[in-house]
Amino acid sequence: MKNTVEIVETKYFNFAGSPDGMMLESGEKLGPITIAYETYGRLNEDRDNAVMVLHALSGDAHAAGFHKGEKNPGWWNDMIGPGKAFDTEKYFIICSNIIGGCMGSTGPSSLNEKTGRPYGLDFPHITISDMVNAQKYLLDYLGIKKLLSVAGGSMGGMQVLQWVSSYPERILSAIPMATALKHSPQQIALNEVGRQAVMSDPDWRDGNYYGSGQPERGLALARMIGHITYMSDESMENKFSRKLKNGGYNFSFKPEFEVEGYLHHRGDSFVKRFDANSYLYITKALDYFDLSSTDKFLPAGRKIDTRFLVIAFKSDWLYPSYQSREIVRMLKARRLDVTYCEINSTYGHDAFLLEFAEEARLVSHFLNRVYNNAKNK
Amino acid sequence: MQKINNEIIKPDHRVIFDIVETGSGVLDLGCGGGELLNLLVREKKVKAQGIELREKAIYECVEKGLSVFHGDIEGGLGEYPDDSFDYVILNQSMQETRKIELVLRESLRVGRKVIVGFPNFAYIRSRFSLFLKGRAPVTPSLPYKWYESPNVHFLSIKDFKGYCKEKGINIIKTYYLGSKGIIRCLPNLLALNAIFVLCK
Repeated sequence: MKNTVEIVETKYFNFAGSPDGMMLESGEKLGPITIAYETYGRLNEDRDNAVMVLHALSGDAHAAGFHKGEKNPGWWNDMIGPGKAFDTEKYFIICSNIIGGCMGSTGPSSLNEKTGRPYGLDFPHITISDMVNAQKYLLDYLGIKKLLSVAGGSMGGMQVLQWVSSYPERILSAIPMATALKHSPQQIALNEVGRQAVMSDPDWRDGNYYGSGQPERGLALARMIGHITYMSDESMENKFSRKLKNGGYNFSFKPEFEVEGYLHHRGDSFVKRFDANSYLYITKALDYFDLSSTDKFLPAGRKIDTRFLVIAFKSDWLYPSYQSREIVRMLKARRLDVTYCEINSTYGHDAFLLEFAEEARLVSHFLNRVYNNAKNK
Repeated sequence: MQKINNEIIKPDHRVIFDIVETGSGVLDLGCGGGELLNLLVREKKVKAQGIELREKAIYECVEKGLSVFHGDIEGGLGEYPDDSFDYVILNQSMQETRKIELVLRESLRVGRKVIVGFPNFAYIRSRFSLFLKGRAPVTPSLPYKWYESPNVHFLSIKDFKGYCKEKGINIIKTYYLGSKGIIRCLPNLLALNAIFVLCK
């Protein structure tokens, strides 16, 4: 029996054409907009088996299956597929990309209709709420009134929380993982270091580098810092320890520890696929995110009957579990139905992409209950 | 053995099952793998929420379709508004919590009624064990050797009644369980387990 989604293609949805555009949280307008997305499984006749999956900072719409000719599957292939947690034999899974990115959706590297050139820094600032508004257009286009669930980790989790805040009537359940209601000063600080790495690279040229090549050194450095924050002390010890690439010290400044080689490799491969300006815009959107007040997250008087599965990971120091418990605290105060689990993982923040056995156990049963409850109503 | 729909039910679960009215809101503190909550959801359509410290038990609860919070009882209680539940259940978990006073006070705040089930340390065989053998008791309701017990408090039925009196907690009803079922006389001597229903 096949256990993976097979060949898939990214699709593109265009909306907010001129002159209207889409109003952004900043007050500016953006349009026309393209959103890249993929779907797995089949939408049933009642159109009530749809689940939206949302990705993290550097992710894309390709969550499962294989693109033609590619050897590596989508980023959450372990979770999405026939018989898996997000069971494509039962559910219709949509993975939507984000605006501001560079993976097929409109972002700073897209062509600005007004100038005929890439936006660069003319691209308006976007927020998590803008990303979710764009996804709502996609959902309307797909003709889905209610989602069985929205799920995602890290920035994907923020989008999940934003969905709860913006369109609670459109979602039956929410699965935020390894995420937070707001970026803490430590998280903002780490992002700012990354942004400064990009902006201090002379190749950045105030964002106008599309004719000359992107600020590779700066962006790679930002990504190296990022990867340190995605791992834990223990997972780095397990993965690299103090192992040397050549078995002994070279007494030079070239990378000789395996961990150095890994970070360089990660940085170098990132610059080949990710746009530096997108990195700036998206990290800024993360920093602007703040649903920590009840008024914003769960406004009084609004009917919310969304069920929640909140998942944190023990060794995650970038989005520590206290931030997930803070989400739970607000849900409990509102008497909402919530399940919370802190998975005992050593992988650090990356765990939400790696601890799929535990994650799948929680998600599959949780979704199953939401699905059955909806069917029995 | 007690059965509900052909399922064998622990005697203490049976007592609690009979106490809780259909459709109640229930918070089970230290719910384990969710056996009792699952029974209550299935047979009495309660709105259930559990709190449990062990990660493995969380998975078992989620597999049963229960809503459960992973954490300790002390930390998990504080966030609920007053009177959030009809019943807060503390079955076989009170004696494992360090801050009993806080846990009971908070339970009485978030629940209209609190059901407490605990092993009776003054059970006759415990007394023999200490008095005659000079050994820490091991009984069906206190099955652990001294070095492996999760219990941090050891109390008798009399102790708990005294405590409730001292703290002004109302005892609505009491149930006593011996080795062969409900005990009606000399509970402090003959009961292995006690179940109290409390309110503010």
